[in-house]
Amino acid sequence: MKQPSVTGAPRSCADRLSGGQGAVVSDRGSLVQEAILTRSRLILILGLLSLTAVVVSLVCLHFGAQPIAYGEMFRLLMGAMTREQPGTDDAAADITRTILLQIRLPRVLLGFFVGCSLASVGVVLQALLRNPLADPYVLGVSSGAALGAALGVLCGAGTTFLAEAALPACGFAGGIMALVIVYRMATSAERLPIHSLLLTGVILNAIFSALIMFITSILDPNRSYGMMAWLMGTLTSPTYSGLVGVLVYLSISLLLLFRQMRALNILALGEETARTLGIDTERAKRSIFILTALVTGAVVSVSGMIGFIGMVVPHAVRLAIGADHRLLLPASALVGGTFLMGADTMARTLIAPTEIPVGIITALAGGPFFVYLLLWRKDRLA
Amino acid sequence: MSGVSNSQSGELEKRCTTSEVKPCYAYEVQSLLFRYQSMESMSHNWILNDLSFQVDEREVLGIVGPNGSGKTSLLKLLARLASPQQGVVRLFGRDLTGMGQDEMARVVGVVPQESQQLFPFTVAETVLMGRFPHRSRDRWGTGFGWESGEDVAIAEDAMTTMDVIHLAQRAVTDLSGGERQRTMIARALAQTPKVLLLDEPTAFLDLQHQVEIGSVLRRLKVERGLTVILVSHDLNLVSQYCDRILLLDQGRIVRLGCPEHVIEQGALELVYRCRVLVDRHPETGLPRVTLPGRCMPGGA
Repeated sequence: MKQPSVTGAPRSCADRLSGGQGAVVSDRGSLVQEAILTRSRLILILGLLSLTAVVVSLVCLHFGAQPIAYGEMFRLLMGAMTREQPGTDDAAADITRTILLQIRLPRVLLGFFVGCSLASVGVVLQALLRNPLADPYVLGVSSGAALGAALGVLCGAGTTFLAEAALPACGFAGGIMALVIVYRMATSAERLPIHSLLLTGVILNAIFSALIMFITSILDPNRSYGMMAWLMGTLTSPTYSGLVGVLVYLSISLLLLFRQMRALNILALGEETARTLGIDTERAKRSIFILTALVTGAVVSVSGMIGFIGMVVPHAVRLAIGADHRLLLPASALVGGTFLMGADTMARTLIAPTEIPVGIITALAGGPFFVYLLLWRKDRLA
Repeated sequence: MSGVSNSQSGELEKRCTTSEVKPCYAYEVQSLLFRYQSMESMSHNWILNDLSFQVDEREVLGIVGPNGSGKTSLLKLLARLASPQQGVVRLFGRDLTGMGQDEMARVVGVVPQESQQLFPFTVAETVLMGRFPHRSRDRWGTGFGWESGEDVAIAEDAMTTMDVIHLAQRAVTDLSGGERQRTMIARALAQTPKVLLLDEPTAFLDLQHQVEIGSVLRRLKVERGLTVILVSHDLNLVSQYCDRILLLDQGRIVRLGCPEHVIEQGALELVYRCRVLVDRHPETGLPRVTLPGRCMPGGA
């Protein structure tokens, strides 16, 4: 072992004194620089991922029951951006314009933000629960939200599913209710041990699922079909005012969650270690759980139960770029958003004009990955 | 209990009374009573029963004792990972209960016994996390909280001290037990603490690294003025590298003092309930513990 110096500062003097020593030191410096997250690496990776997201979103806009030519698409998008009044002479162009701007674009945007949110919440829960299998659904908040929405349907909130503004509100209320129950049960002791939290989530999920099944079984067939599709996770084309509301809400919640990025690194080391490194773990956990529930409740109410994105995306991104949450969280958000846009485009087009619930596609992609994790990466699981 | 190391504590008390404002003990523990929450229904069985002792600044203190004697619990109380039912723990004269989490982390570095790593942070990232308690206010609240060049230099220095600098880019999940342990000590050093608490620091190490950890701990004491408190099962390691040793049994202090006073046949046989041989280390002259061989009475 080498001689320690009291601080790192005197090294610069040593640099000047002996060239050879200096070379060794700078070598070590670069070794460390390469091993940690730097601003330039962060900007590079996030830049590339953002670019990919834009490209994929254009491809998603292109595909549909009827593909729109890219040239036409760009013209229409530019026209919409410059608020140019469309000429009313061409009826066919008008229809294309409506399909692109009123149906596909809002749905692609919604898909991106839902994917972002699910992946972000997945990253956060995995770090906090120190469980690579954690997912927004682990806490039972999503099934709580789903139960709320199902109760809304049962009480007659709209015959056309999700057309009514009351349903997202019901879903959100259900999500919050689930969170309060989870939190109350888990905090009956003085502190909040992580395994009891996981267990509480599992139990709540079982109870909520049973209640949702019950409600589905007593609904009339038309509505129960709509509910089934929604439960499996379905994106629809929202109105722009609805879309803006959802985007603003999710952006604020996610930004608040992103403020915890560096703290998440420390929390991922385990609760005791986090406390010895100066984190008030109880407070951090509380605020992160509440933000998580807010995001999940809103996402479930607009898109149902889209599973596995919260588990698969963070895991894959972590394997590719490392564990530092300052890169992992925003990168997973971008990848999650891109992934869901793509999956939803497949859901729209695979057997068009019939739509597959996008949750089925994400589950088919995520299920095998889950099995792979269980079988081949046992060593990494708690 | 308090009369164990009379001459030493008498001297220290004198120093205390002469300069009341300046704290002179790194740790001061007074009539500590502790048991875990889940055990509260039982009316007996304190994990730590009426413990009182002081730890001098720049001292290497070893805590030894049989399994279940309360060693790790004591370390947790010193790290404020648990709080006592009764009694006071003072850190440089300040009551632990009144200290903020950050403040505590800037003074005390803790190396846990087994740190199972789930996420593939690199060694450099892990050590750099030791700078977390020194973070400056993240002005825009963006959550990035970039480490300064000074933070990186300090982490690098800690990695050099613990001989893990060449592993900087490796993932902590891929390290051997010894490499991981050294990384964790480096992380604690990056906190630039005044006190280092270690739970079984040599448990996973081969002979070479055991010796290295021992001498590094002593060097940290001399060169950085660190107070080091370690829990260990290895009586010989503790005897060679600690200034004083605290021998615990069933939550009580059996002996506290220099190695010659504590690593002594009578005390050890009483506490460990088996026969041991104690002689002198041929080079250092410090006590050396040997287990009874199979041909000896009381052995096997």
